[in-house]
Amino acid sequence: MVHRSVRRAWSGIVAAALIAAMAVGPLGVPVARAQARGIEPPYFAIQGAKIVTVSGGVIENGTVVVAHGLIAAVGADAKIPPEAWVIDGKGLTVYPGLIDAMTDVGLPAAPPGPPGAGGPAAAMQQAAQQQQRPSMGPEDRPGTTPWRAAADELQPAERRIEQWRNAGFTTVLCAPKTGIFPGQGAVIDLAGERPGEMVVKTPATLHITLQQPGGFFGFPGSLFGVIAYIKQIFLDAAQARAVEEIYNVSPKGVERLDYDRATRVLNGALRANRPVLFPATTPTQIVRALELNEQLKTNMVLYGAQQGYEPAAASAIAAKKVPVLVSLKWPEKDKDADPDAEEPLRTLRFRDKAPSTPAALEKAGVKFAFYSDGIANPKDILKNAKKAIDAGLKAESALRAFTLGAAEILGVADRLGSIEAGKIANLVVTDGDLFGDKMRVKYVFVDGRKFDVKEQAPPPGGAGAAPPVKMAGKWSLNVVTPDGDQPATADLTQAVDGTLSGTITTTFGTSTITKGSVTSNQFTFTFPLDIGQGPGDVTMSGTVEGNTLKGTASAFGQTFELTGTKPGSGQSEAEEVRR
Amino acid sequence: MKTTSATEAQRHRGNTMQDKTLRGVLALALVAALLPAPAGAQSSSVTVIQNGTILTVTKGTIEKGSILIRDGKIAEVGKNIKTPAGATVIDASGMYVTPGLIDCHSHIAIEGSVNEGSVAVSSMVAVADVLDPTDIDIYRELAGGTTTSNVLHGSANPIGGLNAVIKHRWGKGAKELLFEGAPPGIKFALGENPKRSNFRPPAGFPQRYPNTRMGVMDVIRQAFIEAREYKKSWDAYNKRVAAGEKSAIPPRRNLKLEPLVEVLEGKRYVHSHGYRADELRQLLLLAEGFGFKVRTFQHVLEGYKIAKEMAMHGVGGSTFSDWWAYKNEAYDAIPYNAAIMTKYGVVVSINSDSAEEARHLNQEAAKTMKYGGLTATEALKLVTINPAIQLGIDKRVGSIEAGKDADLVIWDKHPLSVYAVAQKSLIDGAVYFDRKKDIEQRAEIAKEKKALLEKEKKPAEPAKKESGPGRPPGAAGKAPEKKPAEAKKPPMNAAGGAR
Repeated sequence: MVHRSVRRAWSGIVAAALIAAMAVGPLGVPVARAQARGIEPPYFAIQGAKIVTVSGGVIENGTVVVAHGLIAAVGADAKIPPEAWVIDGKGLTVYPGLIDAMTDVGLPAAPPGPPGAGGPAAAMQQAAQQQQRPSMGPEDRPGTTPWRAAADELQPAERRIEQWRNAGFTTVLCAPKTGIFPGQGAVIDLAGERPGEMVVKTPATLHITLQQPGGFFGFPGSLFGVIAYIKQIFLDAAQARAVEEIYNVSPKGVERLDYDRATRVLNGALRANRPVLFPATTPTQIVRALELNEQLKTNMVLYGAQQGYEPAAASAIAAKKVPVLVSLKWPEKDKDADPDAEEPLRTLRFRDKAPSTPAALEKAGVKFAFYSDGIANPKDILKNAKKAIDAGLKAESALRAFTLGAAEILGVADRLGSIEAGKIANLVVTDGDLFGDKMRVKYVFVDGRKFDVKEQAPPPGGAGAAPPVKMAGKWSLNVVTPDGDQPATADLTQAVDGTLSGTITTTFGTSTITKGSVTSNQFTFTFPLDIGQGPGDVTMSGTVEGNTLKGTASAFGQTFELTGTKPGSGQSEAEEVRR
Repeated sequence: MKTTSATEAQRHRGNTMQDKTLRGVLALALVAALLPAPAGAQSSSVTVIQNGTILTVTKGTIEKGSILIRDGKIAEVGKNIKTPAGATVIDASGMYVTPGLIDCHSHIAIEGSVNEGSVAVSSMVAVADVLDPTDIDIYRELAGGTTTSNVLHGSANPIGGLNAVIKHRWGKGAKELLFEGAPPGIKFALGENPKRSNFRPPAGFPQRYPNTRMGVMDVIRQAFIEAREYKKSWDAYNKRVAAGEKSAIPPRRNLKLEPLVEVLEGKRYVHSHGYRADELRQLLLLAEGFGFKVRTFQHVLEGYKIAKEMAMHGVGGSTFSDWWAYKNEAYDAIPYNAAIMTKYGVVVSINSDSAEEARHLNQEAAKTMKYGGLTATEALKLVTINPAIQLGIDKRVGSIEAGKDADLVIWDKHPLSVYAVAQKSLIDGAVYFDRKKDIEQRAEIAKEKKALLEKEKKPAEPAKKESGPGRPPGAAGKAPEKKPAEAKKPPMNAAGGAR
């Protein structure tokens, strides 16, 4: 928490510096649109850079001209208008701005839950809080909010917007996540003071998940229940279309149909042939989704697809000419997994082969793009794409999946995805190859607005807080209990990062500290103790002031007052001197 | 007799997570997951199984007999069969050949929960929608001679979901598991499970109706009244359309009621879970009132009390050999149940309701020889032709006869002996399980596993020389074309289910 707020403050300083930098730059012709966005010139030219246009090859030494939010010209000899702010691109590479093809970056983050939240129990609890009566069938439209449009809920100040942008992402498909029909996605650019400025296209997509909002108590509470529901609501949508046709010709003598907000949106998406995003990971799930779509007849786009390396999966997708959004959150071993549990070979193979999915899809002729899925640090998105390249994907194909490929699938290739005159000026300027280990993003242009990216050094010494006080050495402690004072001694060792270890001697014997740390002047450590009632853990925590400490000792469900002194502090230093 | 309350409770809770985790640890799972799909599946080649003791089930026993298989079907069975040139020969000397075993009550190969437990009538959900062909139980049961299973929805609802009859075609896709042409069915359930005797929702959630046996019958009756009305509305609509009316509004299609209309029309089998004689009898009366038949009773531990009534209605009984007392309604069970129902003319099968038990259905069937004195053939019928009849697939499987599917199991001992071990299991003439090959492959699989674990432990390979800033990513042809790390082609489905 401390860490996060410090970072935010820090980025605020960067933003202020940026505005200052812009203010001193050459001011161009005032344009209402540019002015509305702040103090910045409407013309930029990046000169002498390598330009990877994606749509028209690579220009080894060229110029990109940006004007009024659009790409005005690109080429080896593109003319630079006299009023342009010229950026020396020597040694730099310009790529189209990267696109994260599915995320909720831009939407307010879900309220933080306890670690491990999100299981069925949590879902159940949530359902119990949110609705009085659990859904009892498809007619209750469980987990169905397709009318929610991401574009209507954008928060320009959402902190991940800047993080994603600094990692080279100028555009995302932003969509709500919760529910079977969570809502409609919007293609948004990652800059703007007001939500409306950010939206490139809305609604861009309709989203489906296989979440089971009911648990065991509301419908649907199973995978086949969700699938049955999806089938039923599409049948209901078809029914609504059929009845509307009859009713609109002559309402007389025709029973009117109920107003149903959900099927109305579904029909809108079907009529517009809007991409409908559907999840599938394994070959079985992929084939299942494609077969289901024979009934639903949507313009389906699969997402997830991490077992696309299986020949059965890739060929099935190719046969249906369905595009795919590949999740870049490659499977990892669960960090909390029992280290002694033997993992099935299929799990090991999945972890090994998942990054070869994009290469397999490409080979099969499947259109694909990448999305960040649950990746928290946007820098890992490119790192994970690099794993796909190591597993056989051509780097240029990886770049295409992040740019023009994504734009095509999302229906915005006419305005985004490549460096072409007339397209939106979304660019990422790097020092080094985009997928190289030493790549650094120097500038990002979003809608023609320039953002400088400074390498963010990690705040020193743990979140910029004061360094941990030194606690190493021998301490005499006293715990005040109803049965009287309990003396103890501690012999502590402290690592550079503040980790505490050592031993505690009480009237019940000597215990070894199992966990302990010092942050700033706050300490906590835990050790096992058996006071004759079976073993239990004691946690001592508190504050250190010089050679004294104050705090509490918690054990066996009770908390007691703790005090301590470090009598030998001077002595031990003297000893060290003598040695 | 054994008591298995834990297993039973777990299966009806639909909480298969736990035992799936356990299963994952079993060594055989690891081995089996990797076996390549049988090369000869769907082959048009000719196979001859020679010199075995053939237990045809319906046409007696043939000593030193042969079976000629052509295009997946049994072409000839007998003592003197000429082996056509080029035929694959399987020597069954000293071995026994039976039809593939059929399990009339299974919950394997389902992705996700086996219950849509939220609603009392969940006939909108279908097992066929969520079949998982990578479930290791498909293979393990093949290793026990089971080649066909009736995969049912759980028993949380008076009217449950739609079943799927599958063949254990390990390595194939979900659709190819489906037993082509098997009549569709639906799960019903009576008694403790649908009335949620051992199940309380957490605070904030209402208790689901029904809570009594009376309520269970009421739910079923109401559902069929609704289905009848639904059918009427469609009949009326179709009539108006047929009469040329253009502005007729089509009724809403209802996935919950459509299968129930099929039941009323006799097009869909009812497989009803139930224990107590009284409520089983009640369901028969209810069905007769609506003019449909119940195809099978599942579990039916008190079937011996109403065997005559069952025979009159024509309902089959699919029961356990000797499970009992695992819950209140299972106290009156006797191991003679299968034999007594059989003697009253009921078509009886022994089922597993368990991925473990389905690996030794032959032994379960054999117990009826001790309890009830069935003959060896009668006992074998309980896991072959009888479940085939119950599922309406007896023209295709369940016995060794010319014209039937070549779904066969080769055993090293008489299959009703506890010492019998299945050596090969064939479906449609193709070998889907071969014990010898399975054992041979274990070392290779262990090696691959070890290699993958070691690869994962190693820090990532030293990064390739980074292309300088002057180089575009993957400038055509220059990108190092690295082959996927593994040269070996992975067996199909190895990385299948994400569980």
